[in-house]
Amino acid sequence: MNRIDKKFKGLRRDKKKALLAFITAGDPSLSTTKELALEFDRAGVDVLELGVPFSDPLADGPTIQAASQRALKRGVNARAVFKLVEEIRRKSEIPIALLTYYNIIYHFGLESFVKKAVSCGVDGVIVPDLPVEESKEMVLKCKKYGLATIFLVAPTSDARRIKEISERSRGFIYYVSVTGITGARRSLPAELINKVRQIKRITSKPVCVGFGVSNPKQAAGVAKVADGVIVGSAIIKVIEKRMGRKDLVPKTVNFVRRLRQAV
Amino acid sequence: MPDNRGYFDVFGGKFVPETLMHALEELQQEYKKAKRDKRFKKQLNYYFSEYAGRPTPLYFARRLSKELGNGLKIYLKREDLLHTGAHKINNTLGQGLLALRMKKPRLIAETGAGQHGVATATAAALFGLECDVYMGDEDIHRQALNVSRMKLLGTRVIPVHSGSKTLKDACNEAIRDWVTNVRHTHYIIGSVVGPHPYPLMVRDFQTVIGKETKRQILKKEGRLPDFLFACVGGGSNSIGLFHPFFKHKRVKFIGIEAGGLGLASHKHAATLIEGKLGILHGSRSYLLQDKDGQVNLAHSVAAGLDYPGVGPEHSYYKKIGRAVYVAVSDKEALDGVGFLSQTEGIIPALESAHAFAYLKKVAPRLGKGKVIVVCLSGRGDKDIDILKRYF
Repeated sequence: MNRIDKKFKGLRRDKKKALLAFITAGDPSLSTTKELALEFDRAGVDVLELGVPFSDPLADGPTIQAASQRALKRGVNARAVFKLVEEIRRKSEIPIALLTYYNIIYHFGLESFVKKAVSCGVDGVIVPDLPVEESKEMVLKCKKYGLATIFLVAPTSDARRIKEISERSRGFIYYVSVTGITGARRSLPAELINKVRQIKRITSKPVCVGFGVSNPKQAAGVAKVADGVIVGSAIIKVIEKRMGRKDLVPKTVNFVRRLRQAV
Repeated sequence: MPDNRGYFDVFGGKFVPETLMHALEELQQEYKKAKRDKRFKKQLNYYFSEYAGRPTPLYFARRLSKELGNGLKIYLKREDLLHTGAHKINNTLGQGLLALRMKKPRLIAETGAGQHGVATATAAALFGLECDVYMGDEDIHRQALNVSRMKLLGTRVIPVHSGSKTLKDACNEAIRDWVTNVRHTHYIIGSVVGPHPYPLMVRDFQTVIGKETKRQILKKEGRLPDFLFACVGGGSNSIGLFHPFFKHKRVKFIGIEAGGLGLASHKHAATLIEGKLGILHGSRSYLLQDKDGQVNLAHSVAAGLDYPGVGPEHSYYKKIGRAVYVAVSDKEALDGVGFLSQTEGIIPALESAHAFAYLKKVAPRLGKGKVIVVCLSGRGDKDIDILKRYF
C-alpha cells in the first residue's frame, strides 16, 4: 500500500486529522528543505508536499511565486528534487507528494517522470493546471507505477465534476477552499463547510482542504469538517522572514508544531 | 475545426486550474449558442460596420509593388484603419457581446503592445462594463501612449512586476485574477491562445479579415492570391487572414515571427521556429523553454510579439506544412516601418512591420507577377516613442 493511503487509514482508525505541509523544494536551499522535511516528520506532519518550481505558476499567489523564483535561481529542477526525495527517504517514511505544473512533467517525459518519482520514493503528485479532462494519460501511467494522482476540487466544481474527480483521485482529494490562488488569508469562506460535506457525500476518499489556511486557529476550524488541512504559504512566510538566519529551521518547525497541535 | 475537446491534432486542450473549468464550459456553451443565433450575428455585424469601420479596404499598394519589382501585385489588408488602430477590436467586440449575454459585469484582459488592452477598454466603455487590464511593467513604459488611452477609456491598468514584466507575465496575472473573480468576470484573451474555446473563438471573430479579403481580391483580381503574409505573435491576425483560405491549397501562408536580436542570440520570440512542444496558459503548443521545461523569456522590439508561446492552430499548420513560418530581426522590422512609411505613406505598427520586412527580403524569390496580400494588422502611432530613436 502507498504511504499516503496507509497514513490516512491509520488516521481514520485513530480518529485523527491530517496535517499536510507544503514547501518549495530548494527554497532557500535543497539542504534546508531536507532538514525541514525531516524535522516536519518529527513534528508530526502527516504528508509533505514538495513544490517543484515552475517559471509560470499561475495557480500560486505572491508567496509561493517568490519561493519558486528563489528555488529557480538556485537551478532547482525535477532531477534535483528527485535526488532530494531519495535522500529524505534514507531517513524518513513521511508520505511525500510532489506539486508541480504540467509542463515540468510533460517536458521531462510523462512516463520517465512517474517512474523516476516512484523509484525515488515519491508517493503522489498534484498538478494544479491539469484538470481531469486532460489527465487520462497521466492517470494511466501513475496507476502503472503506483503513484497517487491527487486532483483538486474547487468551489466552482459541480456534483458531476466532483464525482469524476473523486473517481480519478488516489491518496486524497484536495479541496481548494477559495476561488482564487494560493496564499494565506485572514478568513475562509462560509461555503467551505457545506462544500466539504457535499464532497464527502459523493466519495469516501479523504478530503483535505488547502489554499488560504494561515494560522492554527483556522486550521483547527477546517479540521472539524475535513480529513486534513494543507498549509503552504503561511509556512513559507515564516521561512521567508528568517531567510539567511540560523533559526530558520527551528522557527519554521515551531510554527508547524503549533499547526499540528491545532489540527 | 478543432475536436470537441479543443484539439487541433495534438495542439490545444484545456490546461487550467479546476476553478476555471466551470467558466470554460459555460463560455463554450454560450459561444455555441451565440454562433447559431442570428441576432448575435446581426448585432456583431452592426458594431463591426457602424462602430469599428468594417469592411476595411484591401488596398493595392502601387508604389510598394513597383519598388519590389518582379511584377508583384501587393495588396494591404487595412486593419490599421479600424477603430482603435488594430485588428484587436474584432475580437473584443465579439467577446464583449458574449460577456453581456453571460451577464458578467466585469472584463479583464492582458496586453503587450496595449492594442488589445485598448480594444478591450473600448468594448467595456461601449457596453458599459467594468474593466481591468494587466500589462507588464516594461510594456507600460514602452507603450505609454496606449496606457493613457486605456485610462481615458475608464479602464484600470494594473502593472505586472513578475518575471519578464511583459506579455507572458501579464497573462499569468490575468489568469490569477480570473481564478479569483471567475463568478462575475469574463476574461477576454487577446489572441488565439489559451484554453479551449479561446483559440477557436478568437479565430472565429478574426476570420472577418480573411473573409473580406477573399471577397475583395476576387473582385479586384478575379482570382485568389498566391501568398498571404502576416506577423505571428500569439497569432490572431494571421489566423484571421489565413483560415478562410485553408482549403485553397494554392494560396500559400507565410507567418512572420519576431527574430529579435537574432535566433542564435536566444533573444527572440520565434516560437514556431525554435520552440518545443509544451504547455503554457492553458494549451499545448510550441513553446520557448529551457532544458528543464521552464519558460524562456521572449524578446522583441514589438511588444505585441514578445511572447514565448503561440496559438495551437499555428502549431498545427506548421506540423502539417500548411503554413511556412520565418523570422525577421528587430532591426529588419524597424527598417520595415520606414520602408512602408516612405513608399506608401502608411506607418505600420512594429508588429505588422515584420511582415513587410520579410516581404522586402523575399520579393525577388517569389516568382513573377504573384498576387500577395499582407495583413497590415495595426498602425504605428503607438510606437512613435521607440521609432523616434531610430529615424
